[in-house]
Amino acid sequence: MRSLSKQLAFAAALIVAALPAFAQGTNPLITVEEPYARATPSGAQTGAVYMTLANKANAADRLTAAASNVAAKVQIHEMSVVNGVMQMRELANGLAVPADGSVTLKPGSYHVMLIGLKKPLTAGETFPLTLTFEKAGNISVTVTVRAMGATPDKNGGMGDMHDNQGGGMGHMEMK
Amino acid sequence: MRMRHVILTAMAGIAGFSAMVVLILFLGSSSQTGRSIGSAAIGGPFTLVDDTGTAVTESTLAGKPYAIYFGYTYCPEVCPTTLLDLSNWIKKLGPDADKLNYAFVTVDPERDTPQLMHSYLSSFDKRIRGFTGTSEEIAKIAREYRVYYKKIPTDDGSYVMDHSSIIYLMGPNGKFVTVIAYQEDDASALGKLRNLVALTPSS
Repeated sequence: MRSLSKQLAFAAALIVAALPAFAQGTNPLITVEEPYARATPSGAQTGAVYMTLANKANAADRLTAAASNVAAKVQIHEMSVVNGVMQMRELANGLAVPADGSVTLKPGSYHVMLIGLKKPLTAGETFPLTLTFEKAGNISVTVTVRAMGATPDKNGGMGDMHDNQGGGMGHMEMK
Repeated sequence: MRMRHVILTAMAGIAGFSAMVVLILFLGSSSQTGRSIGSAAIGGPFTLVDDTGTAVTESTLAGKPYAIYFGYTYCPEVCPTTLLDLSNWIKKLGPDADKLNYAFVTVDPERDTPQLMHSYLSSFDKRIRGFTGTSEEIAKIAREYRVYYKKIPTDDGSYVMDHSSIIYLMGPNGKFVTVIAYQEDDASALGKLRNLVALTPSS
């Protein structure tokens, strides 16, 4: 019996290890991958959170709201640059997450907008964010603050470590 | 998925490139034609205050070639990214960077006080100065620089700003030279800034 439970534990450990390191939450319907924010300038009142939402269900879902204790208000926004003009709009009906598909919130596109920051977001810190979905319900994730200008990591998860080095001008090369 | 990503990226690239071509054609034609437009089409006199509360005018910037950018501190992405890019280019210019002036002009004077702009700009290269003023003063300089901005009310009673996100490069006489588009690549932007340094008056 003892060896069987050991084997089970080992198998479980293997499964856990095989899961993408950046996926968060244990929700059966939606996986939140690599949630991150960019560090904000001193005194800035707004910030943006980016991530990928993967829908494991065969029915479409919708991100309808978000909340965090770091900001007075949290909204779901889309930004675009049209003919050199930056536009930003709140998505009043939330953001659709297609069945068996995913949607990526990233610079130049969708983001979770933090309004009324209680203090600047500093690279290397983390903060909690709760996402509310129409079907999947509430999912709480931990957002990592990366350097100002950080972009989604193409290698998945851990490759952004160098973004968090140092502060001040030292990290300004990161884009 | 990968194919779709490639297509989307290509589409975004084409859209961005088209926007730049339209802009360059617009700027090129407006700076070369007509007496009423002429080479003074972009730029002009202004009275504003800087982020230390000191009054500034066009002559504050003139004397050196300068880079001028319009945005606002409540901007979550485009403005910090642009100011970060500009800060990195300033650093790469080395000692030549001091041959230029740099200004960040708010299009949101209601919220962007000198104090807030001062705090905000402390996160970027210290040579970038913040300019704000009354709504009328900001409207005047925006008109002169052909900067589009518009207050868009939000459901919660607040607002966001639509605005042009372009860095204008001006000669030491306040005459328009060229622009750096949003997220222009480093080599191109640096080339333009080095050309601007070359316009430094010999004295």
